[in-house]
Amino acid sequence: MTVHQTASETTHELRLGNAPRGFIGTIVALQPDIAGAAESGHELERHLLEMGFTEGARVEILHQGAIQRDPIAVRVDNITIAVRRREAMAVVVK
Amino acid sequence: MTSTDVTTERFHLALVGAPNSGKTSLFNALTGSRQKVANYAGVTVERKAGAFVTPAGRQVTLLDLPGTYSLRGRSPDEEITRDVVLGKRPGEAAPDLVLCIADATNLRLTLRLILELKRTGRPLLVVLNMFDIAQRRGVSIDVDAMSAALGVPVITSIAVKKAGVEELRKRTDEFAANMPAVTAGDGWTPLGLSEMKALQREADRIIRDTVKMPSKPDTLTTRVDAVVLHPVAGLAILALILFVMFQAVFSWAQPLMELLSDSFGALGTLVAQVLPEGIFQSFLQNGLIAGVGSVLVFLPQIIIIFLFILLLEDFGYMARAAFLMDRVMGGAGLHGRAFIPLLSSFACAIPGIMATRVIDNRRDRLTTILIAPLMTCSARIPVYTLIISAFIPAETVWGWVNLQGLVMFGLYVAGIGSALAVSFVIKFFMWRDYQPAPFMLELPDYKLPRLKSIAIGVYTRAKMFLQRAGTTILSMMILIWFLASFPQAPAGAEGPAINYSLAAIIGHALEPFFAPLGFNWQIAVALIPGMAAREVAVGALGTVYAIEGGKEAADAIGQALASKWSLATALSFLAWFIFAPQCASTLAVIRRETGSTKWMVVTFLYMFALAYVASLITYTIAKAAGLG
Repeated sequence: MTVHQTASETTHELRLGNAPRGFIGTIVALQPDIAGAAESGHELERHLLEMGFTEGARVEILHQGAIQRDPIAVRVDNITIAVRRREAMAVVVK
Repeated sequence: MTSTDVTTERFHLALVGAPNSGKTSLFNALTGSRQKVANYAGVTVERKAGAFVTPAGRQVTLLDLPGTYSLRGRSPDEEITRDVVLGKRPGEAAPDLVLCIADATNLRLTLRLILELKRTGRPLLVVLNMFDIAQRRGVSIDVDAMSAALGVPVITSIAVKKAGVEELRKRTDEFAANMPAVTAGDGWTPLGLSEMKALQREADRIIRDTVKMPSKPDTLTTRVDAVVLHPVAGLAILALILFVMFQAVFSWAQPLMELLSDSFGALGTLVAQVLPEGIFQSFLQNGLIAGVGSVLVFLPQIIIIFLFILLLEDFGYMARAAFLMDRVMGGAGLHGRAFIPLLSSFACAIPGIMATRVIDNRRDRLTTILIAPLMTCSARIPVYTLIISAFIPAETVWGWVNLQGLVMFGLYVAGIGSALAVSFVIKFFMWRDYQPAPFMLELPDYKLPRLKSIAIGVYTRAKMFLQRAGTTILSMMILIWFLASFPQAPAGAEGPAINYSLAAIIGHALEPFFAPLGFNWQIAVALIPGMAAREVAVGALGTVYAIEGGKEAADAIGQALASKWSLATALSFLAWFIFAPQCASTLAVIRRETGSTKWMVVTFLYMFALAYVASLITYTIAKAAGLG
């Protein structure tokens, strides 16, 4: 049972930065050590926390930009945040 | 201890809140037009202070601190907010009371900020703003329970309603009457990650206990965004809005600008007729009146641009425009919000540079200010049309393209291209070590703009332009008049008087320097009064070539130039004006907006260098092609 659960979770976990438009999920964790992000890990994590990206928050990708589907407009609980996909890579969702 | 100091001692209030919490409208409602806008010493951050009197007659100073989500102090703006709240900002009184504005429709992030503010020990009063909108949306808030849970007094307010504002003034009195001893600021340390998470959990818990949310979010915003943020429709709407704005700045402002400049021209002529001829008459007409006129003539454009910007900002559209343009601008190392200031610069760099205030990050803002003067402003158009109509044949090329129009288009493209290139170079070389601010931005719910608040905003901008830029521009005008008038022509001298002035002496001195560009001394002389505004160079060329009639004589000037200049010189002159550093007003505004002479000098020098190199290349190639 536990084995099965872990397996199903890992298959469904993904980075918010890779999620398609219309994706609805929950934030599992923030893993901010990503290459190419505009801020270092801790600073990026703080920034994301400030904008409401906390564990357990409900997220939905509402809109995306015309060029390379970037940036994205994400509904985080009851507010909408625009963020680049590069920074959204730090957000693990399921 | 005595109650008599009610009227003598000033009470200091500071407004803190997240962006889009309605902080500015509340500030406007509390202070009306009693506002002072300045810069904090040494930084590009705007300091907005206002004053009001409480029902008990207490004098209150109100400081509108930059919006922030935390006391982290990530940008210079946020550092100001943090330092003032902690009482650590030199020259700024520590606030007796911090008013924390929370958008009642969107409490999650602000409640965390309130808990963070509470830790500073500074007395706090929470104002639940936009309470009416929240109620209409079905949000119900148990204000007393929230106040108890936060351990901070909470009041509700509707920024635009008189009653709410009166209530706030009354509460300020009550608070000031029994002010607690303050022990703020000393033990404060920035929050660690785990503390931040803990505070957010606590905030979420308080919201769960005291706020009832409606099941569905604001459907209007969702429905509007489905169109406005659509990859295709959204860009089309943005283009349409910009088109209207551009039209307004160009054509609505035009009659007013002409009226202003004609009135000042007429006033100058009147003075010239009434007063005896002489140096005093010349000073009044060409120095003072022309100088004041040249300041006021920008006012219609500035008012229109800020009207649009404040309207779009209040609607909540600015954040959407930044979202749509972020990738396009990001390619050149610019922030999404730089788009509107740069577009405004096509009309005139001055309102454009002032509009860069919408960019929060200091370096992004500086980059935008530095490249804004490269956008082809309307003052270059008279120069372009003069040279193009005199030298470029009105032929049709490739079957349907007008050659003159093509050259004009090319000049615009050259301006945009060089702006993007300069921005890229700045990011690459100057600020290589600098981590750009990540694009992370709240897209607020749409709201109807409050007209009174917008009117106050536009009024404040206009006043600031007149006070701050106006004085510098006026003194530059007078200096230029002085250079073009002294020493005076000797009695019975031949040729126009300007040929005997300091401007002519400088022009002759500069001639060898400009010779490689194909510029003769007349051009060098004309560039000096052209410092006043680029189009003045047209009239100045007329003056040095002794053509009567000023601006109206453009055709005659064109003919004279066509017979005296080679095509290579004309092309070189056009290339010069793509960059054309000489606009005293722009330089003055850059100095005022950046708060430093350094950036003004940097702008002048880099534009001068680009202009010189571009003209040199153009002239050399044109000459080699046999056009010299």
